Amino acid sequence: MNGDHHVILRVVAKALIPIIAVFGFFVHFHGEYSPGGGFQAGVILAVAVILYSLIFGIAPAMRAITPGFARSVAAFGLFLYTAVGFWALAMGGNLLDYDALFREAPGGHLGQHVGIIIIELGVLFAVTGSMVSIYYAFAGRVSEIRDEDW
Amino acid sequence: MTGFEGANFAIELLNVTLLGILFVVAIAIARLRSLFAIVMLSGIYSLISATWFVALDAVDVAFTEAAVGAGISTALFLAAMVLTSRKAKPERGATQIVPLLVVIATGAVLIYATIDLPGFGDAMSAANTGVGMEYIERSKAEIAIPNVVTSVLGSYRGFDTLGEVAVVFSAGLAVVLLLGFGERSLGATVRREDRVADLKKEDEGEA
Repeated sequence: MNGDHHVILRVVAKALIPIIAVFGFFVHFHGEYSPGGGFQAGVILAVAVILYSLIFGIAPAMRAITPGFARSVAAFGLFLYTAVGFWALAMGGNLLDYDALFREAPGGHLGQHVGIIIIELGVLFAVTGSMVSIYYAFAGRVSEIRDEDW
Repeated sequence: MTGFEGANFAIELLNVTLLGILFVVAIAIARLRSLFAIVMLSGIYSLISATWFVALDAVDVAFTEAAVGAGISTALFLAAMVLTSRKAKPERGATQIVPLLVVIATGAVLIYATIDLPGFGDAMSAANTGVGMEYIERSKAEIAIPNVVTSVLGSYRGFDTLGEVAVVFSAGLAVVLLLGFGERSLGATVRREDRVADLKKEDEGEA
């Protein structure tokens, strides 16, 4: 990665990575209206991080998003999802029964909407964190990608 | 399907072309020995299957295939490939008769099984008459969000999705515990180097 022969790659990636990340959030928050949702958005966000580490080196990527942070995000996502389930239990419904979240009268949709938004956030965090962690685990075994590997 | 003359023929042609390309790519993957080319070709294979899923109106599946198959698994395969050699070992013995027979037998059984499958878009198939129809009819009144796929995955089948998230999380956890954790991982090395650099900076500041 020394020298300037990856300069085009680096310039293009610098412009693309923010767009990829924004597209990931777009896919996530439009999951109600269009194809996609937390899972696809999580993968796209993870790809943004992975692309950064492929182009600029793994050590800078690990400084920006530390492996510990990625692991915590993954665990927090699963926790968030499960928490919604137990929230519904605590309000007197079944596990993950979003209608019970606010004890609405039949016909109310607030619980469904809030429940789906929170569990999709949980999916997003769990998938992004897990994918970045898996990538770090593999890529962290060698310090840099050598030039002849491209 | 669309009401235009020849549209069905065009769709058939598209399906045959895409499946033909998939077949060629699969043969190429099986015959190549260079791991880098194989990783790239499997990314291409995923992209073409995603295109084919769009032609079959399965947009959500296509999106997932493009993001997971062509995006992240290619990147993960590349990262894993860097750890090993660039080329697969050549196989000894040009043709082996037993694996060939096994493959032919499995293929014949699979083709025999497709005879029982419902036709594409069959309104009377199990997927279109059972609980799927129920979800489509009731989603608007019960969940009130436009995308039925999201309401099925998030609400009707929320417990399934919880299981899937747990699977993804445990896969990540297993890989991290096996490979990317503790003092010998790169993350720990980076942290140690940063700490040394910070200490040095502090020393210089004091001096």
